[in-house]
Amino acid sequence: MRAGSTLLHAAELYRDEHRERLRLFSLSLPALILVICVLVIPVGWLFWLSFISDAGQLSLEHYRRLASQASYARIFRTTFEVSFYTTALCILLGYPLAYLLAQMPRRLAAICMIAVMLPFWTSVLVRTYAWLALLQRQGVINSWGMEAGFWSEPLPLVHNLSGTLIGMTHIMLPYLVLPLYGSMKAINSDYLKAAANLGASPVRAFWLVYLPLSMPGLVAGSAIVFILCLGFYVTPALLGGGKVILVSMRIATDIEMFFNWGAASALGVVLLVLTLVLLFLASRIADFDRLAGGAR
Amino acid sequence: MNQGAALPIKIRHVTKSYGSFKALDSVSLDIRSGEFLTLLGPSGSGKTTLLMVLAGFTRPDTGSILFGDREVVRVPPHKRDIGMVFQSYALFPHMTVGGNIAFPLRLRGVNKTEIARRVNRALETVKLGGYADRRIDQLSGGQRQRVALARAIVFEPSILLMDEPLSALDKQLREHMQVELRQLHESLGMTTVYVTHDQREALTMSDRIAVINKGSVMQLDTPSRVYEKPSRRFVAEFIGESSFLPVRVQGGDAFLDGQRLKLDDVPGDGEYLLMLRPEKLRILGEEQKETQHFNLLEGRVARFIYQGESFVLEVVLPSGSQLTVRDMTSSSIMNSLPQPGGVIRLGIDRRDSFLIPEERP
Amino acid sequence: MRKWLTSSASETQITHGRRLWLYAYGALVMLYLVVPSLIVVPMSFSGSQYLSFPPREWSLRWYQSYFTSREWMEATWVSLRVGILTMLVATPLGTLAAYGLHISRSRWNGLAMMILVTPIIVPVILIGIGIFYVYVQISLLNTLTGLVIAHTMLALPLVILVVASGLKSFDMNQEMAARSLGAWRPVAFLRVTLPQIRFSVITSALLAFLTSFDEVIVALFISGGENSTLTRKMFLALRDQIDPTIAAISTVMILVTTSLLAMSQFFGKSGD
Repeated sequence: MRAGSTLLHAAELYRDEHRERLRLFSLSLPALILVICVLVIPVGWLFWLSFISDAGQLSLEHYRRLASQASYARIFRTTFEVSFYTTALCILLGYPLAYLLAQMPRRLAAICMIAVMLPFWTSVLVRTYAWLALLQRQGVINSWGMEAGFWSEPLPLVHNLSGTLIGMTHIMLPYLVLPLYGSMKAINSDYLKAAANLGASPVRAFWLVYLPLSMPGLVAGSAIVFILCLGFYVTPALLGGGKVILVSMRIATDIEMFFNWGAASALGVVLLVLTLVLLFLASRIADFDRLAGGAR
Repeated sequence: MNQGAALPIKIRHVTKSYGSFKALDSVSLDIRSGEFLTLLGPSGSGKTTLLMVLAGFTRPDTGSILFGDREVVRVPPHKRDIGMVFQSYALFPHMTVGGNIAFPLRLRGVNKTEIARRVNRALETVKLGGYADRRIDQLSGGQRQRVALARAIVFEPSILLMDEPLSALDKQLREHMQVELRQLHESLGMTTVYVTHDQREALTMSDRIAVINKGSVMQLDTPSRVYEKPSRRFVAEFIGESSFLPVRVQGGDAFLDGQRLKLDDVPGDGEYLLMLRPEKLRILGEEQKETQHFNLLEGRVARFIYQGESFVLEVVLPSGSQLTVRDMTSSSIMNSLPQPGGVIRLGIDRRDSFLIPEERP
Repeated sequence: MRKWLTSSASETQITHGRRLWLYAYGALVMLYLVVPSLIVVPMSFSGSQYLSFPPREWSLRWYQSYFTSREWMEATWVSLRVGILTMLVATPLGTLAAYGLHISRSRWNGLAMMILVTPIIVPVILIGIGIFYVYVQISLLNTLTGLVIAHTMLALPLVILVVASGLKSFDMNQEMAARSLGAWRPVAFLRVTLPQIRFSVITSALLAFLTSFDEVIVALFISGGENSTLTRKMFLALRDQIDPTIAAISTVMILVTTSLLAMSQFFGKSGD
C-alpha cells in the first residue's frame, strides 16, 4: 500500500484529533446537562422572573421595592449582623482551637480532629434540634442552671438572636477551623525559630510572625463562613423563633405564603450576586496574600 | 525465543506543533528491520514526542508512519501492536507480576494454559523466573524494569519502543542493564527504538543513532561515525568533548592560522571548524619532528586538572584559541609533562583531523 | 507533672505551664462542638416529655413512637430510597465527568468545571425555589423522580471533587501502558484506572447518599404528601412544636451517618 500524500493526512489527522477531543469531553456531558437543566435553567428563569412586574411586564419594580421598603432593609441588616457576629464568634472560638490542633503531636491531633469532624458528620437538622432541646425554657441548660441555683427564672436562650447565634456558630465552626488548620500546618517552623533567634519573645513571635502567616487560611475560612451564613436557612428558621428573619427565610415565606414570585426571585438574585461578589473578593485577597509571600 | 517478524519503520514528514512551538519539524527517518536505533538528544529536543507519535499517543499535525507496509499514523495506540517500556515502568500495582505480563495476552484472547506458558517464558527471558506471583511493591527498581520489559515483549510484537527505561537506576545497575538489553535485543531481533539523553548509553547499545535537536534529525549514523565524523557542531558538542579551531579552505588547501593542515579529505572552499577530540591529541616530546602523518600544534599550558584515571590540560595557542587535551595518568606521561605556563607541542593524526562546516547563526 | 509544665511546647520555647489557659480553652471549644452533636443520643432514651439530660427515667417510648408511626416510617423509607437512588445515579455520572475532564484536552474544560461546581456556590434556598417553580410546570412536584434528580444535582460537585482528587494522585502512565498493550480506552479505564481509584469512588458514593439523606431545603419545597422526606417532616415538626420522637429519629440518623462516614474513612485509609 502506498504511503499516500501527506497533505491528505493533514486534513484527516486534524479531523481525528477533533473527533477524539469531542469524545473525551462528552464524558462529562451527562453531568453537565443535568446541572444545566436542574440548576442553571431554573435559576436563570428566576432571574428572568425578577424583572417581570406583577402585571406581567418587564420592569424593575421588585428591585425598587427591595430598595425602598423598610422591612427589606431590616432583613438585610439582620442578615449581615447575624453573618458578621457568627463569623466573629467562629474566629474567636476557632482560631485558638486551630492553633492548638496545629501544635499538637500528630496522633493527638488526629483524635481531636474527630471532635471537629463530628459536627460535619451529623445532619444540620439533628444539631439544630439538639440546640433546641438544650436551650429551650425546659431544656437541659435551664434545668441544670435552676437546679444548681445559678438563676431562678428560665433564661430565654432560644427563639431569639442569641439562640440563633449559638446554633449557627456551632454549625459554621468546622468550616473555619479546617482551612485555618491547613494553613497553619503549612507554616514552616523555621520562621518561628528565626524569630526567637532574632530576639522575639514567644508572644511577640506569635503576633509578628505566626499570625500574619496564618492569614490566608483565616481569610479563606472566614469568607466561607460568612458566605454560608448569608444564605443559611434551617438553623435560623428553627432557632430564631420568628424574631430573627434572614433573607433566605423571607424568600421562603414570600413563596410559601404569598406566592410572590417576583419579590422572592428579586431577593434571591440579590443574594446570589452578593455571594458571587464576596467569593470573588475573597479569592482576590487570598491570591494577593499568596503573592505577597504567604506561608512559603 | 521465537520472534514475530521484525518490521522496518518509515517516518515521513512528521510535524507536530504546540501553538507556536514546533516539537517536530517535518521529520523523516528510515528505521531498518530488526535494528536497534536510538533517538538521542537533550530534553525538549523532540525525541520523546517522536516516540509518542510512533506509539500513537501523540497525533502529529501531518505526516506518515509505516510499520512495514502498513500505514499507522491514524491507527489508535491499542491497535498498533507494538511493545512499549515507559520511563516510570507503569506497572499495574493492583496485579501481580504474572498478572501484569498476562495482561496483553488476556486482551488478545489467549487461553489460560498458553498464557501461563508464555508468561513463564517471558520471565525466564528477563531472568526473573519464578517471580510470577510476586506483588509489584515487593520488587526492586531493577526487577521492576525487567517486568516492564517482559510485559512489553510477551505478545511478540515486531517493534519495541523504550522511553529512557534506565534513567531511574543507579550507575552500576544501569551499565549492567545496558549490556543485558543489548543482548536481549540480539536474541529477540525485534526492531527497537530507544530514547535517551545519555550519549554513552546511546554509543554502547545502538546499531545506529539519530541525534535530534529542536525537532529535527541532526545526524543519523552508526555510533562510531557519529562520534568520529559528526556532521555538525551540535552533534560534535553533544557527543563527547571537543575543541574547535577556525579553519579556512581555499583552493584545495586548509589553513589554520596560516598553517597548512594535512588532511585526508579536503572539502570545498569555505569556513570550517577543526574538531579536536581531547583524547586524540598526543603530547609530543621536544625531539619529535613533524611528519606527513600528523599535524603539529604549539601552545602554552594554561591549566592542569587531575581527574583520577586521566588528566586534562587546557592549552592556549598563539592565536588565542583554546584547546583541551586529555591523557592517561601513567607515570611515564606525567613525568614528562610541561608545567603550567610552559610550552607544549601537540600532534594530531591526519586521520583524526576532521573538519565540520561552520554554521552561521 | 511539674516537669511537663515547665517543658517547652513550641519552637519559641514557651512552656506548657504558660499555655494552660489555651489548652483549657481548646478543650471547652471541642466540648462545644461535640456535645450538641451527640447529646441527642442519651436524651432520646429519656422517659419524660421534656427531654432531660441525664435522663431521669430510661425508656424506649420515643423509639416506639417512631417505629410504630406509619407517617414517620414512610418518610424514612422515602429518604432511604431517594438516598440510594441518588447515590446510584450521581456516582457514575460524577465519576465519568471527573474522569472525562481529567483526560480531556478541550478548551471548554474550565467552563465545564465551573458549571459543575455551581450547586455548591448558589445559595440552596434559591435552588430550592427555582426547582420548585420548574417542577410545578412539568408536574414533577412531590415525586420520587423529581427528588432524585434534584439531589443528584446537589451531590454531583462532591462526587466530582472527590474523584478528581483521587485521579490526581493516579499515574496516568498506567493507562497509556494498558493502551500500548492492546486495551482500548474503556477497557483500560475499567481494568486499570477504576480499580485504583475505587476508594475515591466509594467515598464519593457514600457522600452522595449522605448529601441526599441529610438534605432539608430543596426537599422542603419539592417533596410532599406521600413522598415527603424524613428531613422535611422533621423540619416541619420542629417548627411547630418539639416532638421528642425527633430525638429518637435523630439518634437513628446519627447512627446511619456516622457508620457510613466511618466506613468511608476506613476505606480511604486502606486505599493509600
